[in-house]
Parts: sequence; structure tokens; C-alpha cells
Amino acid sequence: MMQLRADRRASVRVAYIAVFTALSAVIGYVELLIPINIFGIPGVKLGLANIASVIAMYLFGPAYAFLIMTTRVILLGLMFGNMYSVLFSFAGGSLSIIAMMIFKKSGAFSVYGVSTVGGTVHNLGQLLVASVTLNGIKLYYYAPVLIIAGEVCGFVIGALSAVILNRLFFELIDKEGKGNDRVFKGDTKRDL
Amino acid sequence: MKKPDKNDIILMAVITAAAVLIMLFLFAFRERGVYAYVYVDGKLFGEYPLNKDCEIQVTGYDGGTNILVIKDNTARIKEASCPDKLCMHQGKISINGQSLICLPNRVVVEIKGWGGDGYDAVTR
Repeated sequence: MMQLRADRRASVRVAYIAVFTALSAVIGYVELLIPINIFGIPGVKLGLANIASVIAMYLFGPAYAFLIMTTRVILLGLMFGNMYSVLFSFAGGSLSIIAMMIFKKSGAFSVYGVSTVGGTVHNLGQLLVASVTLNGIKLYYYAPVLIIAGEVCGFVIGALSAVILNRLFFELIDKEGKGNDRVFKGDTKRDL
Repeated sequence: MKKPDKNDIILMAVITAAAVLIMLFLFAFRERGVYAYVYVDGKLFGEYPLNKDCEIQVTGYDGGTNILVIKDNTARIKEASCPDKLCMHQGKISINGQSLICLPNRVVVEIKGWGGDGYDAVTR
């Protein structure tokens, strides 16, 4: 009986992760189609697909967030990008997940702060890869712009994630009804 | 809906401050060029470090001459054989990307930093 329940939970989790991966890939693709140029800076986009990473981080933990991010990057890279876009996205994505994990573990920040750090580190990671692959041209001139852009985008992603997480917690996790006004702090990883 | 914590606001302020600080730092050290590149008719005539004072006679197109003076990390054209002397009136240059141009002699003096400027590659 216990075994059955554990199996069921595992399959539910696999299903959710698959849905999240598909969702983030689709969001990423749609964002490619509609270049929303908020800041007037070429190459800066909101990164809506990262909502999936943030939410997965809170619902399933960093390992699953990493898995979802990697799958998305490879999928989108194979379909619409090239080797460089995969490299850039992967570097940004994995660094941002590591940073978000640390900031979330610290317990001092809500989903807003965690996501803001994620966005900032995402851009810094890409800058790092760019300066390595492009033989150290003076790319660091671009750093302040990228930091601010990443911060703003991360905050927006955090706000969206907060809305979604509130509802998902209510729907999926806290059937007793204590999920709705949850404070997204510390370790909220649960078994589905 | 849950609002950002006080900690989140502090965090954002810190990140913004860091970005502004980097920007100021880059701004403060942006100025100085390192080399003066001299082109005659589009071809490189020579490159001269700005930290060594010297005078160079540049032989321009069609035999014209310009005398380039490098002093105190700045470059200027002291004398020119051309009729209008516009290049002499362009003054001293020292900042990355600035240039002195003498059209009759087809001489261009350009200030550049360590790694040159412009883009080596663009990726999207």
C-alpha cells in the first residue's frame, strides 16, 4: 500500500515536471517570436521561460529546476538556435539556479528577492561566457546595463511566480486550505 | 497577493548600487586612450604611444606633410602643409575614439585604447 502511494507520488511528480518543461519551452519559443524590447537594448528580453525554473525551484527543489532548465535549453537550442545560444543559455541558466538555490536556502528572501538574484546572475553568467568566447574584448562595459536589466526582469519574473505559486500551492499542496497566503520562504519543497 | 519583503527591497537596492558603482568606475577610467594611430589615405602609417612625448612628420597623400606632436598624453597637429589648416584647429585629443582629420593630405589620427575598439563579433 505504501509502495503504491510512493509510486503514485513519483509519477505525479514526473508528470508535473514534464508539463513544466513543455510549458517553459513553449513560453521560450513564443518569446522568440515576439521580441518584446522593453529597454531598447538589443538582446535584452524578459526571459519568461525562467518562470518555470523559479516555480520548479519552489515546488520540487533546485535539482528539478536544473533539469527543467537544461531540457528547455537543449530543446530550444536544437530547434531554433545554435551551439552558441545553447552555451549562453546554459551558462546563464545554471548559474542563476545555483544563485537562487543559495539565496532561497538562506531563508532571508522571498520569491521576489530570489528571482531578482536569479535574473541578475543569469545575465552575468552570459557576460562571462561571452567574454571567454569572444577573446576578452571590453565587454565589461556592458555589465552595469546587464545587471540592471537582469534585476528588473528577475523582479518581474518573481512577481509573476509569486502569483502562480500562491495558486499552485493552494491547488496542489495545501488541500487543508492554508496554502493561499503562504510566505515563500526557506524550504517549501514538498512531496506532491 | 504577497508583497516583496524588506529584505528583498534591500537586496535590490544593493544590486542597483553595485551596478551604479561599476558604471562610475568604468566612467572614471574610460577616458584615456593609449595609442595614436595615424592613417594616410586609409592605410596605417604608424602607431605611437601617448605616454612618450615626440614629434612625428607624417607624409600625407600627394607629398603634403603634417607634424603630429604627442605631449602630456595628448596628440595635436602642430603644422600642416595644407591650405585650410583645419586639422591644426581641431586641438588636442586624448580620449579613446577621438580623431584629428586632415582632408587635403588624407591624414587621420585616431586615439585608441588597449584592445582597439569596435566589435570583433556580434552574436544574437
